[in-house]
This record gives sequence, C-alpha cells and structure tokens, in this order.
Amino acid sequence: MFDLDLWREIFQSINKNKTRALLSGFTVAFAIMLFTILFGIANGLENTFEKFFVRTAENAVNIRFGTTSKPYKGLQVGRQIMPTSKDLIYLKEEFGDNIEFLSTKLSRNYQIKYKKEKGSYSVSGVSPDYQYIEKAKIKDGRFINLKDIKSKEKLCVIGRLVEEDLFLKESAVGKYIDLEGVQYKVVGVYSDDGGDRQERVVYVPFTTIQRLYFGNDDIGNISLTYNPKMNIDQGLGLVKEMTTKLKNRFEVAPNDQRAIRIGSRALTEKKRLDNISSGLAALIPIIGFGTLIAGILGISNIMIFIVKERTKEIGIRKALGASPKSVVSIILLESILITTITGYIGLLIGVGILEAIGSSLERYFITNPSVNSSILITATIVLIIAGAIAGFVPAKKASKIKPIIALRNG
Amino acid sequence: MLEIRQLHKSYPIGDSSLHVLKGIDLSVKDGEMVAIMGSSGSGKSTLLNIIGMLDEADEGDYILDGLAIKDLTEKKAAVYRNKFLGFIFQSFNLINYKNALENVALPLYYQGMNRKERQEKALFHLEKVGLKDWAKHLPKELSGGQNQRVAIARALAANPKLLLADEPTGALDTKTSHEIMAFIQQLNDEGKTILMVTHEEDIANMCKRIVRLRDGVIMEDTKVTQVRAEQYV
Repeated sequence: MFDLDLWREIFQSINKNKTRALLSGFTVAFAIMLFTILFGIANGLENTFEKFFVRTAENAVNIRFGTTSKPYKGLQVGRQIMPTSKDLIYLKEEFGDNIEFLSTKLSRNYQIKYKKEKGSYSVSGVSPDYQYIEKAKIKDGRFINLKDIKSKEKLCVIGRLVEEDLFLKESAVGKYIDLEGVQYKVVGVYSDDGGDRQERVVYVPFTTIQRLYFGNDDIGNISLTYNPKMNIDQGLGLVKEMTTKLKNRFEVAPNDQRAIRIGSRALTEKKRLDNISSGLAALIPIIGFGTLIAGILGISNIMIFIVKERTKEIGIRKALGASPKSVVSIILLESILITTITGYIGLLIGVGILEAIGSSLERYFITNPSVNSSILITATIVLIIAGAIAGFVPAKKASKIKPIIALRNG
Repeated sequence: MLEIRQLHKSYPIGDSSLHVLKGIDLSVKDGEMVAIMGSSGSGKSTLLNIIGMLDEADEGDYILDGLAIKDLTEKKAAVYRNKFLGFIFQSFNLINYKNALENVALPLYYQGMNRKERQEKALFHLEKVGLKDWAKHLPKELSGGQNQRVAIARALAANPKLLLADEPTGALDTKTSHEIMAFIQQLNDEGKTILMVTHEEDIANMCKRIVRLRDGVIMEDTKVTQVRAEQYV
C-alpha cells in the first residue's frame, strides 16, 4: 500500500539531511559508474577480438592438396594428388546443405604490368562463390560470375592495393593489365578487411587459368564455407568427415598428413579466440563482482553511520509511539530510494563516459565499448538490494534499541 | 490512574548487578501532580522510565488506568506510549530537522491521523503554549524555553492520560523554569495527571505531592501546599 505520509517523512528526512543523502548516493553512483565503465571496456576488448577475426569468413575451410607421404594400397610415396572440377561436384553432392559456398583456389605468383608500373602478385583462379568465402567487398565493377567461368574469358578482379600500385590514381575497371604477356580486362576492384596481403591478389575465372597455364582440369586447392548455422564443433566434425572421405576418394593413407590437408585455420583460430573470449567473459563477472562488492561495502558503512546518527531520532520517535516496523521502514525506504536514484544517475554517467571516450579507445584495443542494459539493470538491482540489506540490519537493530538508551545517548 | 506494587529493577554491571529499585509501592490518582525527588542514583529516573514504558521492571505490578502493563512487546509498548503517555524531557528531544508544527504533529502521525487533521490539532496545541507564530521555526531557531513549550505541546497533542516530565526545567534558567512550571501547573489545573522527576526543591514544591527516593526505596511521600509559579513570572 502506498503510504503518502511515510513518503513525506522520507522526503523530508532526505531533504533536510542532504549531506547524508549525498554521501551515500555518491558511493552508489560511483560504484555503478565504475561498474559500467569497466564492463564496457571489457566488452570493448572482446569486440576487438571479434573484429580481428573478420579476415575470412568465420566458417571458411581450405583444402590443400600435395604429394603423398605414405604408401597406401600399393601406391607409391610422392604421388601428386590432383583434384578436378569433378571433385567439387562430389563435395557438393556429398555434403549438400552443410556447404554454404564452394570454390577452387588455383594460385600462382605472376608479374603484372600496367603501362610503366609492374609488380608480382598472387593470381588466383576462383569460382564466383569465392567472393563470399573471402568476404571481399566489391568497390567498383563486379566479381567473377558463372558466365565468365563458362566462357573462360581473360578478365580479372583486382584488389584495392593492386589498383593503387599499378593504376596510381586512375580507375582500373575497363582497362587491361598485362599478365605474363596476356592482356586481361579488369572487371572489378574489391576491398578486404583482412589486411594488405588480401588486397594484393588478382582473381581470375579458374577455367581461364586452367586453359591458359595448366591445360588440364586441375583445380588446385578448394576453399569452402560450411553452413553458418553450424557451431564450431559441428564445423570441426564436418572437416573431419570431409578429410576421411577425400582421403578415401584419392586413396590416401588415413594417417597421411601431407597429401590432403584440410586447413581449418579459421576454425582453430576461432576456437583459440573463443578461449580468449571466454577468458574475458570469465574476467568480466570478476570485475563486476569486485566493483559491486566495493559498492556494497560502501553503502553498508554509510548505512551503519546513518543509523548511528539517527539513534536519538529513533529514540524520540519510539517514545512518541513509533512501532519498530515504522522505524525500520523509514530508514530502509530512504536507503532504497537513494540507492535507486543515484544508482540510475551513476549508470547514466557511466554510459555517457563510455559514449564520449569510446571511439578514442580504439588504439588501446577497445572497440565500441558498451554494456548490455540487462546487466546494468541487474547490477543496479543487486546494489539496491545490498543497500536495503545493509540498511536493514542496523535499522532492525535500531528499532530494538530501548528508547531510553537512545535518548540518553543524545 | 496509576498503581505500582513491589517494583524491582536491577542493572547488570559486569559480573554483579546493581539493584536500583528495591520494591516501590506507589499510587497516583487522577489529577495529581507528583514530584519524584532524590539524589542521583536514587532510582528516580529509572522509576519514571518504567512508568513511561521506556524500560521494563524485573518484578512487581504496574497498572495504568486499569490496564496491567507487563510482557510488553515493542509494538504494544509503542501503542501504549502513544495512547496513554506524553513525555517532556530535560533536553527537549525535538527532531532537529522538523519545525515546531511538525514536531508537535509527530505523535498524531503515529496515531494514524490524516495530515490535515494532524496539522490543525498541532497548531491548536502550539497556540495553547503560545507559539502559534513560531510554528514554522526549527528547534535551533527557538530559545530553550520555547523548545520546551514545543515539547509540551507535543506531549499534549496525543491527549495522553499521564504526562511524564524528566527534569523539565533542568536545562533552563530560573525565569524560564518558572514560566514552564506555571504552564505545567495550568495543565494540572485543567485536570491532567502529571508525574515529574526533579532534584530542585523549589520546583518540587510547585507540585502537590512529593515522593522522595533514596537507594531504591521510597523514604517519604507527602502532600504539600502547592507554590504557584505565576507569582515569579
């Protein structure tokens, strides 16, 4: 039941004892503010780790083929494993929906020239899907499409830095580059968040590379992404299954580590980063807990002080007929009111500070520091409850003081 | 009004205990004005505190207005204090952040009276003690005598059956003491029963009966001719 008179008493008490209210309020506001900032920074660190990982799609898997290192089924050591486009079709059929994107990756380094500028770049023969596996963003023009694969055209998509290196200030799209004496038309320029190396690659339809330089259906290596709905462990399971099936298909000894290497570097890296993240995730509650404990201790101290200060007042009130319950509730509600309001203020200040300095912290590996509002609300509630308990114990004690003792102390 | 039989009270002091009240028998009728006297340590304040339900006796009976006061829970004591008793203390014991009117209205708040009625009644009692114009002043803005009058108004506000005063003039100069005493006498004239602890002979003589305590027993209980305080004012 809402007791207007009780609240009037409380507001008067707060109003007339501003120093006291400010003191306890400051502790709470400060604790919540620190909590918000520390939590925000910890989250910012975690965001940074996540950002580091956008180089390639998180679910990317590379399959590299080499020579056998172990004899198997009467076959010799040193046999070159050469997958063809048939194997791409096999993978697609075998794993179906578990594979999201699938591409060849036929890479060689070549001299590339444009007018007077030249340089050595990695040239990769890929499928249209590769754009999504590599998370390449088209800046200009387009990526390789299915029509290019079929027509085996001499065209290419170049990285942003290739354009910068060779074309200087010109736009590359529509121009021709010289790749070991063969003219390739630039149809697109891409950018890639994965770093400079990723932006110094030239992509060509894999069929073009096959026709011009290999003269066979060798597809080099295979890149793919698994279904993003799968979690890491499912992803790792898929990689394992794929390894077994491919080794079987190419008659490679199951314990041969060199003939077929399924590079789930992305996966292992993700696993490692997840460990760091979970380390941070474990650290965050410790930080939060510590700050809250400090806040709780602060409030407890102040509440004890407040009750001591009010002992005489409590004695007077009791002599005038205040019940123990009313003594407890007046002290408790005052403490709860102060903690709630100042806790909220501290929260706003903390969030404000995070907003204000958040973007300038990027060089300290803190990206977009922010705090989940549900965590903040929980923290504030915890502090309110703590304040209430901290207030309740001395208030209860005070309500039991014989008024005569309380009055004598005055 | 008040009936006390074989009242005992001891306070523990370390391992032993101090026997403060050693079997007090006291009977006070309606409309009496009693001074309880005695040197310090005679047990006079303890007796008043027990009567005021601020403290509890170890042994003996205490009947207030026909109601046996014993085995009080905190809650019950609070209700009885509010209903039956008005307190006047030596150090006034006003709440320092509340103005005169709010202090007087406080016992009414604990009676559950609504705000408007409370303020009207408090103002009425302040007027009675001559402090209507000071209603909005804080205790620190008032003189000692004025504060004690606020305290009296507060004691009267709940319309108690018994008014208990613990050295009501102890913190006041002679002139102000007489003013306050004149006022208390006037209340007694109007029919209020008053019990007062004092160690000043002249103040005691302004009551109608003096009970002298020594070492926890009543040495003397005499009716006196009341000295009116107005003549000194």
